[in-house]
Amino acid sequence: MAEDLINSFMTGPDEGGRFGKFGGRFVSETLMPLILDLEAEYEKAKTDDSFWAEMDDLWKHYVGRPSPLYYAERLTERLGGAKIYLKRDELNHTGAHKINNVLGQIILARRMGKTRIIAETGAGQHGVATATVCAKFGLKCIVYMGAHDVERQAPNVFRMRLLGAEVVPVTSGRGTLKDAMNDALRDWVTNVRDTFYCIGTVAGPHPYPAMVRDFQSIIGKEVRWQLAAQEGEGRLPDTVIAAIGGGSNAMGLFFPFLDDKSVRIIGVEAGGKGVDDKFEHCASLTGGRPGVLHGNRTYLLQDGDGQILEGFSISAGLDYPGIGPEHSWLHETGRAEYVSITDKEALAAFQLSCETEGIIPALEPSHALAHVQKIAPELPADHIIVMNMCGRGDKDIFTVAKHLGFDMSDTEGREME
Amino acid sequence: MTRIDDTFSRLKDNGKKAFVSYVMAGDPDYDTALEVVKGLPAAGVDIIELGLPFTDPMADGPTIQLAGQRALEAGMTLQKTLDMAAEFRKGDDTTPIVLMGYYNPIYSRGVEQFLADAKAAGIDGLIVVDLPPEEDDELCIPAQAAGLNFIRLATPTTDDKRLPKVLQNTSGFVYYVSITGITGAANAEAGDVGPEVARIKAATDLPVIVGFGIKTPERSEAIARVADGAVVGSAIVEKIGAGESPADVLAFVKSLADGAHRA
Ligand SMILES: Cc1ncc(COP(=O)(O)O)c(C=O)c1O
Repeated sequence: MAEDLINSFMTGPDEGGRFGKFGGRFVSETLMPLILDLEAEYEKAKTDDSFWAEMDDLWKHYVGRPSPLYYAERLTERLGGAKIYLKRDELNHTGAHKINNVLGQIILARRMGKTRIIAETGAGQHGVATATVCAKFGLKCIVYMGAHDVERQAPNVFRMRLLGAEVVPVTSGRGTLKDAMNDALRDWVTNVRDTFYCIGTVAGPHPYPAMVRDFQSIIGKEVRWQLAAQEGEGRLPDTVIAAIGGGSNAMGLFFPFLDDKSVRIIGVEAGGKGVDDKFEHCASLTGGRPGVLHGNRTYLLQDGDGQILEGFSISAGLDYPGIGPEHSWLHETGRAEYVSITDKEALAAFQLSCETEGIIPALEPSHALAHVQKIAPELPADHIIVMNMCGRGDKDIFTVAKHLGFDMSDTEGREME
Repeated sequence: MTRIDDTFSRLKDNGKKAFVSYVMAGDPDYDTALEVVKGLPAAGVDIIELGLPFTDPMADGPTIQLAGQRALEAGMTLQKTLDMAAEFRKGDDTTPIVLMGYYNPIYSRGVEQFLADAKAAGIDGLIVVDLPPEEDDELCIPAQAAGLNFIRLATPTTDDKRLPKVLQNTSGFVYYVSITGITGAANAEAGDVGPEVARIKAATDLPVIVGFGIKTPERSEAIARVADGAVVGSAIVEKIGAGESPADVLAFVKSLADGAHRA
């Protein structure tokens, strides 16, 4: 499909929840009536001013929106090319973009009279955001988290427990994010009457990919007016760029620019140890092929027999073998470009952000920054890049310390041998 | 008429209820699984459900999840699952085989190719858990055109408004999932199931078989009494998982089948 054959990239999905051939509603019959209910409720809320008034109020006073659009001057100088702006979603309450979406879903859950909220989490950021909003509204919260992630993201596990959530370590399958999602779906099938499943990214059956995108689109909408209002700019960005796990922070930044042909859109997948046939990466678009998992058709890491493979990434938040269906469609239509960045490159970018801007980024946006590092030097000084700094790095300092050979238990801070 | 249709009309003539068993293809390995499957008809099984292993069985409880993992670790594939069915067919041309699993391995092979291969292997029907009526164009309609039954699950959340949609492109039989939950979960109470089966039967002429949560010959009998038959999966798979011999597994299957046939 050529790009110019499509009038608008912003009208999807269709009534079947499809973006081209991607998306859909591949769920068991038990869940089907539930997602139809959710869709009806969301459609009602979407055009209800009181719903958005409640969202706006909480976004402003609870999350701290709008997040700043920040001109990264020293980073720009260091890279010596394009002008780099960072969208500071790492300053949100709970430290990432995840809460933008959680607020929307929890308000919806309350409207639907649901009293028990379940969620899956990888890095723990979506789990923390869900636990936070549930605490605020006095809702019961159960978070499914792969046993392996429970270990490597211990601070977030403790945060969720402080916030009153029950964290269930998932040992089914291989005990990773995709298995956590399986177990959350199994919980939902079992507790259909009182339970709302709060999905953390633009994946899952329709209407989740569209709904989560709509809630996250506040990111791109703010960038639009912020850059327009910026002294001396007053225009659209030339390039927008974001990291992709399931793809929610990226969709949130990209969506409002899809029909602006002049805006180049780049998604950055986790390349792990390198995108090759060993599958030690999480780059579903660059290294996978279309399949059906978790309620939708999209690009997946899978073997020749359609069995799903585990991804690999230094970043727990990108460690998912799929990607939101809308990204698969944007990839096939050519409207957005997708690239991958290795663990090593992300670690270098992590340090660059600390040194030049005094911002400790999460490992996820460090992937986006690593690609900015690659392209910015080749671009002219009047080229504006907006990168989504979608999370802060507090949760990652242990992982980074380990990779940099720094012994955190040593109070003298000596480097490890 | 498929083998499934034939089986139900024969059971009806004999005034008997159906007993349906589920085992995972290739669990714990190809040869053992084949030995069990070959013994099922003699143990009284009227319809064989053959599980197609998948890494991410979202609707299954731990027992069947582990069975799938054992099978995959032992090298099971879609092709070997079809080979197993074909091998069984050499010695039995009447007992229907329903392939039960998830869509991705089928989609990965390609629907056209899969249907041709499944038909050639002697498969009679399909239950694909993650294909609701909303996605009928994917596999359901092509499968029926290829002469395979597409058996749909109806559940406690399938209300009267939705039921016609679920029944519309269903053939062979209707599988009523007696609980909201995953395989191997809570016990189904015959008292709750009866009215639900009646509700479905009022809307279709197809036989209604009930599964999920049946673990003993007594339950098998009680459930078969209020439906056209009973399905047992996890309880059988659990014995295979515990390393019981095919003979012991089949003796247990026989007790369940006898239960359903007493109804
Ligand atoms: C900071 C941060 N960025 C990105 C992601 C990846 O998710 P998505 O691609 O949906 O934005 C996560 C997930 O945990 C995260 O915590």
